[in-house]
Amino acid sequence: MRVILNGKERDIPNGLTVDGLLNHLDVRPQRVAVEINRVIVKRDRFAETYVQPGDTIEILQFVGGG
Amino acid sequence: MPQLGERQQDRYIRHLVLPGVGKDGLERLRSSSVLIVGAGGLGSPCAFYLAAVGVGRIGLLDSDRVDLSNLNRQILHDTCRLGIPKALSGMETLNRFNPDVRVISIIERIRPENAIKLLTGFDIVLDCTDNFAAKFLLNDACVQCRKPLVHAGVSEYGGQVMTVLPGQGPCYRCVFSEPPPDGAVPLPAEAGILGAVPGVIGTLQATEAIKFLLGLGDLLVGRLLVYDALKMTFREVPISRDPDCAACGGNPNIRLPSASTPE
Repeated sequence: MRVILNGKERDIPNGLTVDGLLNHLDVRPQRVAVEINRVIVKRDRFAETYVQPGDTIEILQFVGGG
Repeated sequence: MPQLGERQQDRYIRHLVLPGVGKDGLERLRSSSVLIVGAGGLGSPCAFYLAAVGVGRIGLLDSDRVDLSNLNRQILHDTCRLGIPKALSGMETLNRFNPDVRVISIIERIRPENAIKLLTGFDIVLDCTDNFAAKFLLNDACVQCRKPLVHAGVSEYGGQVMTVLPGQGPCYRCVFSEPPPDGAVPLPAEAGILGAVPGVIGTLQATEAIKFLLGLGDLLVGRLLVYDALKMTFREVPISRDPDCAACGGNPNIRLPSASTPE
């Protein structure tokens, strides 16, 4: 299915949770925050929140340096 | 407050003619104060540009000393200052750069016990810290005492910046609810950092602070700006307030000792 991921259209497998999407993208969940359709998904909901076709998804990295 | 002298006018002439700044704006900046927390890669450009524009009082807070490994990016310091506290080295640099500016060097580490006290008396705070504990603490302290904050972070080839106006927009915790587990996210000491990257992001922080002090333009409130130096892109991510945010939500559960509480 097609979603907008970090500002770009992208095809991802159907039926993924947020955890599944991060795994598919090879992104470690502890390193990011995830926003879907302008709402931040709480970390403890990553396993139960499903990505829907057409979702606008932002994967935001923790950036700690100064 | 005394008028701008002729010598000063020359220094600020490009700002004097700039629509939105001018004489009134310069006077306003001269009676303003900014606290820069962290006199490193982000703090360096912040300090220089805030001094250059003639902000009246700049607080430079850092407990570290200048190390040779800092100098790929921390342009406030130099090879002659190795081993000197960064807050002092930075103050020396700024005093030479623009003697009009009063620089207050604060050799301290920001802690839950002293955070609110350290912010008191400044108009806006710049998060130029180099670790997550300090970034979250600074956010919480600013939210609690309703102090404007420009958050930023950098690593490797990228960075992010967001302005927090407590009560008016989301805070850092609305995006990142809590610090990542220790060691989960590599910091520049392990991951490296291209020196020019904090130059870009710190300059954006200084720009936000100046805009805030002058009431100019649109701030990065409710917008996280994400910079990727390799792709050379800036992405703007809209951020909403989290009603359950532990710092700024309807029922916050973070409470830091206030300035009057004895340590």
